Amino acid sequence: MLRVENLTKAFGGVTAVSGVSFEVTKGTIHAVIGPNGAGKTTLFNLITGVYTPSSGSIVFEGSEIGGVAPERLAKRGISRTFQNLQVSMNLSAIDNVMTGAHLGLNSGLLAGMIGLPDLGGRERATRIRAAELMEFVGCGAYVAAEARSMPYGALKRLEIARALMANPRILFLDEPAAGLNHTETHEIEDLIAALGKTGITVVLVEHDMKLVMNVSDRIVVLDYGKKLAEGTPAEIRVDPDVVAAYLGAESEGV
Amino acid sequence: MSQFLQLLFSGLTVGATYALAALGFSMIYNASGVINFAQGEFIMLGGMVAAVLTAAGIPLPLAVLAAIVVVALVGLLVEKLAIEPARDADITSIIIITIGVSMIVRGVVEVTLGKGGRALPHFSGETPIAIGGATLLPQSLWVMAVTAVVVAALALFFGRTRVGKGILATAHNRLAAQLVGVDVKKVLLASFGLAAALGAVGGVLIAPIATTSYDAGLMLGLKGFVAATFGGLGSGVGAIAGGLLLGLIETMTAGYLSSSYKDAVPFVLVLVILVVRPRGLFGLGPSERV
Amino acid sequence: MSEASIPTTIGRSSPETTAAALATAPGFRARHLPTIVLAIVLALLPLVLPNAYYYDVVIRILANAVLAIALNLLIGYCGQISLGHAGFFGLGAYGSAILTTHYDWTAPSALLVSAVVVGLLAWLVARVILRLKGHYLAMATLGLGIIVTIVLTNEASLTGGPDGMSVGDMRIFGLRLYGEKVWYPVFAGLVVVAVVLAGNLVESPAGRALRALHGSEVAARVVGIDTASFKTRVFVLSAVVAAIMGSLTAHYLGFITPQVASFHKSVELVTMAVVGGMASIWGSVFGAALLSLLPDLLAHFEGFETVIFGVILVATMIFLPRGIVPSLARLLRREGR
Repeated sequence: MLRVENLTKAFGGVTAVSGVSFEVTKGTIHAVIGPNGAGKTTLFNLITGVYTPSSGSIVFEGSEIGGVAPERLAKRGISRTFQNLQVSMNLSAIDNVMTGAHLGLNSGLLAGMIGLPDLGGRERATRIRAAELMEFVGCGAYVAAEARSMPYGALKRLEIARALMANPRILFLDEPAAGLNHTETHEIEDLIAALGKTGITVVLVEHDMKLVMNVSDRIVVLDYGKKLAEGTPAEIRVDPDVVAAYLGAESEGV
Repeated sequence: MSQFLQLLFSGLTVGATYALAALGFSMIYNASGVINFAQGEFIMLGGMVAAVLTAAGIPLPLAVLAAIVVVALVGLLVEKLAIEPARDADITSIIIITIGVSMIVRGVVEVTLGKGGRALPHFSGETPIAIGGATLLPQSLWVMAVTAVVVAALALFFGRTRVGKGILATAHNRLAAQLVGVDVKKVLLASFGLAAALGAVGGVLIAPIATTSYDAGLMLGLKGFVAATFGGLGSGVGAIAGGLLLGLIETMTAGYLSSSYKDAVPFVLVLVILVVRPRGLFGLGPSERV
Repeated sequence: MSEASIPTTIGRSSPETTAAALATAPGFRARHLPTIVLAIVLALLPLVLPNAYYYDVVIRILANAVLAIALNLLIGYCGQISLGHAGFFGLGAYGSAILTTHYDWTAPSALLVSAVVVGLLAWLVARVILRLKGHYLAMATLGLGIIVTIVLTNEASLTGGPDGMSVGDMRIFGLRLYGEKVWYPVFAGLVVVAVVLAGNLVESPAGRALRALHGSEVAARVVGIDTASFKTRVFVLSAVVAAIMGSLTAHYLGFITPQVASFHKSVELVTMAVVGGMASIWGSVFGAALLSLLPDLLAHFEGFETVIFGVILVATMIFLPRGIVPSLARLLRREGR
């Protein structure tokens, strides 16, 4: 479904991602792990159009998407969340989620002025769907809340609901458990597993090793911008390079 | 040829004052990320205060000095009362605040000093100096010389002193500067005081040539802003080059093309620059960041 | 493209969820009651307005309200500042004035053509300068406005130069619009229409997209909101509204000077939008009323207008950064709890 080949991104003299290749199969949960500064988020930003690759290619469902703007990737069914929260704090929680349905709605200015998009109950249906997704991701308690009054953990879920609202073909989660406590992390793990069961393709960047090992079908390990290893959780767990370079210190916990 | 020389002289003279205004903009922009739309009022205020004091019989050098000090104090006051309380506001709000400040300054001057234009005596006589068929007012020499001295002093200040280095460090990376012990609040305050003083110097220098009045600050400030944008916001060299270039282009247009469209030149120019090279002539390249 | 890969398998619908969702939609009362009240007040106002002077005051408020609402869509909802909107207003005004007096065009066609030309100009400018952010955008729009003023001042053969020019009455459908009492219903109607249309827009998917891109541009783009296109369209929309209001105001006043396009007027418009309340339609109406009345209210403080204007601006931004109306509304809501 998604094929990354020889992807490289350099910022000035620093090469954040260097010659990374991997493939994501439809309907699986794929994880990208690695120590801080390994280039995980840069890799995400490259695939989701926030950055333009220095070289290499990203092929999504048969077409090259390297350097394509995020809003055009959204049309192809690519959706994502952010490590550093990107929620519009000037909106209510449910409005944030509803923006996820943007592409499916009539967003003309003139149409909006004369109330066209509202005809046939489209807005009503969108609103109900948004509430359902908020319930699904576990922030149903905040349906009536303003985004700015929500706690951090709930906002992370809100981002997932917004991404789901777009009916994505592939969903990128950038450190969904970052900054969450033990219980919350566990709940996010369940949520990701539940997403996987629905058949949606998920790619996640995550620090929490336990979460990654539990939910992923395949794992790519990055170190210093390069791919160190790739395989199933079982393979990664015993990969000598990975154990040496990254897991060494905390291998007992895995 | 003599006409060209004449235009060159007046272009450089005007350009020097634009450069001072642009330096003021850049300084505040560097320290705080704020574009101070009230910078022009500092220039106006400098000229007005000096003119009023000399008219009251105070000797010129003393009046000039007093004007600079008064305006610097106004700059500090503005930062303390209007900018600091709104530190967390977005760019739009801060732009509006500085516009509000400029109205207050302009209004207060209008009420207290009146609407009439005022002139300052020339620093050292009005006998023009003839050079190559063109004439140069001694005041023009003053403008250029003082600007050069100010620029040199600023270079020393930023290169050698603690406060100067602090301002530069804050401009570069606010958080890092804070971590190594730079008092960012004080840097902000200092940059406003300094920028105001710079504005006052410009105002005092140009007042003998162009009479000043309560509403002169708007255009001067806007042109300083244009010069700063032209050279690249935040760049010292850019501000000076931008100011001089702007002055030259403006006077050349007035001389050779159309004097009625002289004031439009900077704005046409800045539109072109923003389109072709948004970071200005000497600005840094765009950085990529989420 | 819209072939849903995860449709109804995610999330279940339940009556409770549906009810909770629908409760978040703005109700009929909240959305339309203020508009109805406004319409009734405007309809009854002529009964208490004693003379032409008061009609004129109200008309100025109404015209400014429409301008502020349109500008607020750009500033409050898109988060983009324009310090040159009076330029578009001036182009509309002079477009109508010049075409009707020098070229004998009918007033409606002159208005239409001016609006279209301004729209095209705004579109062209927006394509280029909306890539710029914050200060650069402020600079570019400011420059544009000043260029317009200078051109209007210098092309005296067409515009009458700094002394201005007179503009004929507007005739539309055989009706001659002349005098405050005839113009009043026109401007009153326009305000109601503007409030309704802007209200609809803000609550529509487009309005949601605008607010979202103000909050987080990257998040908006990721869900498919073409932020550049939205900014451009709103910029053009607000410029066209300014041009139309310029045309109408020119006919109403019967005489215009380049001051209509001045930087001062641009700042005044921005002030109305932000003092009343950024991203608030009613804030714009309130801001327009406050700032239009200010010169009259301050008549006793001869000469202090500029200072007081500035103080209001600074104080609002510092103490009520969201603007007067949203801040008050928030306060009332808190009291009500």
